[in-house]
Formats: sequence, C-alpha cells, structure tokens
Amino acid sequence: MTELHEGHSHPGMEEDGLGYYARRAQAIETLLVSKGVCTGDEIRQEMEFTASRSPADGARVVARAWVDPDYKARLLAEPAAALAELGYPLPDTTPQLAVVENTPEAHHLVVCTLCSCYPRMLLGPPPDWYKSLAYRSRAVSDPRGVMREFGLEVGDDVAVTVLDSTADLRYLVLPRRPAGTEGMEEAELARLVTRDSMIGVTEARSPAVATPGG
Amino acid sequence: MMPRFAAGDVVSVKRGSPPGHFRTPAYIQGKTGRVAALCGVFPNPESLAHGGDGLPEQPLYRVEFAQSHVWDGYRGRADDKLLIDIYQHWLEPAGDGEVT
Repeated sequence: MTELHEGHSHPGMEEDGLGYYARRAQAIETLLVSKGVCTGDEIRQEMEFTASRSPADGARVVARAWVDPDYKARLLAEPAAALAELGYPLPDTTPQLAVVENTPEAHHLVVCTLCSCYPRMLLGPPPDWYKSLAYRSRAVSDPRGVMREFGLEVGDDVAVTVLDSTADLRYLVLPRRPAGTEGMEEAELARLVTRDSMIGVTEARSPAVATPGG
Repeated sequence: MMPRFAAGDVVSVKRGSPPGHFRTPAYIQGKTGRVAALCGVFPNPESLAHGGDGLPEQPLYRVEFAQSHVWDGYRGRADDKLLIDIYQHWLEPAGDGEVT
C-alpha cells in the first residue's frame, strides 16, 4: 500500500522509499494473500470502502435525525437499518455501529483508549489527534478539560459520559441541533455538523458563528 | 456461551495481564460498575488476535462506572459516567452490590 506514504518523508527510509510501517504493512498484506486469508482485491476493496466515507456522510445522517423524529428513533434503536435507508449499507460483520444522543442534560464523547477504534464505516478514517496518546489518555480521565481545549465549556448542569470503545462496537454521537436553526433545510443543517461534534468533543456549529461576534 | 449478567447487575472487573492481546484496559481493572446493556455475543478477540477461532464466543456488556470511582480527584460532576465495553470473562459479580 505504497500510496499511503507518498509525499511523506520518513527518516530511516529504505532504498525503495518506504518507511518502517509501510514496509511492515506490505509484509503483512503479502502474508495474508499468500496464506489465502484474503485476496489482494478484497484488501483493496476494503480500503476503497473506508476511504469512500467521510464526515459529510455522518452529517447527512445527523441532519436527517434532526428534522425527522421518527428517523431519529430508528437511528438510535436500529442504526444499521436506519443507515441503510439513507444509502449507507454497513457490512454485515463486526464492528457494529451504535448511536448515542446528546441532550441538554447529557453530553457524550467517544474515545478508544486502547488504539484508534472509530466509526470508520460511516465517517471514514479518524483524525490524527484521535489516535494520539494525549487524547486517548486524557479524554477518559478529564473529559471536561479536553472539551474545554476544543472550545467547549460543558456546564455543571450537564452530565458528561465518556464512551471507551474497546470492543466490537463503534460509537457515533448524535449532536444537539443548534439553536436558531428552526427554519433551515436538511442540506443546510448538514453543513453545521462537524466531524468533531460526532466524536463529541464539540457541539455542532452554530449558524451564528459565520457572523463575527454572533 | 450464555450471558451471565443482565442490565442493572453490579459487577467488578477482574485484574489481569494475560500474555498477548486483550481489550480490558488497566485503568478499569478492579473497578466496580453496573451493567448498562448486553451488546451481543462475539468471538473472543483474545483468541482471534492470535489466529484462534474465537470460541467460545463471549457475551459483551456495556458497563457503566462513576468517573469519581474510576479516577482519584476526578474533575467534574459526581454523576459523570464512563461507559466501556467489556467481555464476560473479565467480569465477576460484585461482592456486596455496592457501587462507589
């Protein structure tokens, strides 16, 4: 998978231009194929699937949930079926997707303390900071402090719940619909839904933010 | 494998550092929480990670802990929570049913 590292420069690169981790990934891929665990085509298809998803896909789902209470109920109860309705069929394998809703009383944020588990099947690859040791260790022990650094002050009137996705589920946060968006259409609303708000470290963007001082 | 616990049960996380791969972070080992939900039954990742068949499959629970119980000097509300997914073989019934 040499394309992953194109354009980067890595100390200690070998003559073939690959860094340590690229060489390692290539060796693992070669072994998987030669031992018949999977085919090279299957690996390529999986990479293409993940790369085809982005936060814009999650934003579409969130915006639909904001405008359609019945859809929101289905999304929380049966996420796979609800995503399929919008044209996002999920692979019928683990990990599975779960959705948690932020409310005026309860705020959720997601971390994977062990590695970098993330709802890639809907949002694509995670941001680098999500994989950092600093986020992984601090988000779980001082979530309010971490959110403050992201610019979100969660008041004492809101309970904070951290979700550590250690196993076979991946969590998508359904952020709160911002105030002042009552008349907005679904596509406009989707533009307010940021990647970070679906991890839970921020809220969705306010429509007033575009106006300085607003 | 049949689920041994149900939502509402008070459970403690076993301590351990078995060789190889496991999904129960050190910070939660020895802590006591409450089962929030049974998430399903899944092949055991500790076996899968080393080429095993993942059997017997393990029930997976979403377990809720009070942050003030998990972290000394936790900065937040007393009812702030941690939800973490833990496989059944890492859980045991809590002795006196008390969640601190």
